[in-house]
Amino acid sequence: MIKATPKPLEEIINYVKDFNKILVAGCDGCVTVCEAGGMKEAKVLGSALRLYYTQAGKDHEVVETTITRQCDKEYLAELKDMVENADAVISIACGCGIQYLTEMYNDKIVFPGVDTHFMGINADRGIFEERCAGCGQCVLASTGGICPIARCSKRMLNGPCGGSEAGKCEISKDTPCGWHLIYERLEKLGQVDSFTKPVDPKNWRTSRDGGPRVIIREDLRKAEPQHGSAHS
Amino acid sequence: MRLQYPTHIHIIKVPCTGRVDLFHLLQAFEQGADGVFVAGCLEGDCHYMHGNLFARKRVERAKDILAATGVGRDRVEMYNLSAGQGTRWAEICREFDERIKNLGPSPIRLAHDKKAA
Repeated sequence: MIKATPKPLEEIINYVKDFNKILVAGCDGCVTVCEAGGMKEAKVLGSALRLYYTQAGKDHEVVETTITRQCDKEYLAELKDMVENADAVISIACGCGIQYLTEMYNDKIVFPGVDTHFMGINADRGIFEERCAGCGQCVLASTGGICPIARCSKRMLNGPCGGSEAGKCEISKDTPCGWHLIYERLEKLGQVDSFTKPVDPKNWRTSRDGGPRVIIREDLRKAEPQHGSAHS
Repeated sequence: MRLQYPTHIHIIKVPCTGRVDLFHLLQAFEQGADGVFVAGCLEGDCHYMHGNLFARKRVERAKDILAATGVGRDRVEMYNLSAGQGTRWAEICREFDERIKNLGPSPIRLAHDKKAA
């Protein structure tokens, strides 16, 4: 899931200090799981803002809510009245949710309340690790289920590089070398021969190199009436 | 023991300090509390394993939030003592009461009073 962390409170206060009616909009999706933008975090941020405005002697109205997902306009539509009633909105959804909320209500000022980082897993309570870089062309089948794009600092397809030492990456002693992990896994699977074959250059157009990406799944799109049918 | 401690300390009982959420601490200040302390079991003695350790972390976060919002980080504190330490309880109450008296009324309560006047 998408991993985010709350922005420093001072930064958020600085965004909204000149507004009076604030809506704190959380999301029940990914940011609830990583405890950055769910109902609990919305209530804490709302409470903190009320404390700030009260001690500063400013009139204010801070409302907190969450919706099922901020990356779906059907759910965003539920916020209509609350957004209209607010001077500014703080969205504590991921970057996708914040932007979609802005698109839906583009006459309203929307501020981000979190920093969105990556797609990752919950390694332990409070520890989130990146696992997928969303390159658009999965290579896990040939790398023992360990991604060289997300887990190699250089995104190498034919690793490891000379910076790999005792299973660790040169960037930090705490970062495992992705290619070392791949080798160990292939060895376990008896597939080391696939490690020795060079991999062709990857088509990075499916990654960010091709610009902003759009997926159109015709099989999922609404069916259009056929010409000549009874309804045409 | 008939120990004396300030009578204006309002006690909210919870089964374990692990039940105390960050939001509860902030809400107390929103409602005008001048100070809040959380009294948990001794560290390593939690009946629910880690409840008092979670509470300490939440108190630390509450301190940061109270500092950033201008309420003041010293208005919230975490203490650890066992159910058998009545004398220490009374001492903590007096000590915290003294600290809050030195800090004066919470700016939130002053703002509420000003609005009501």
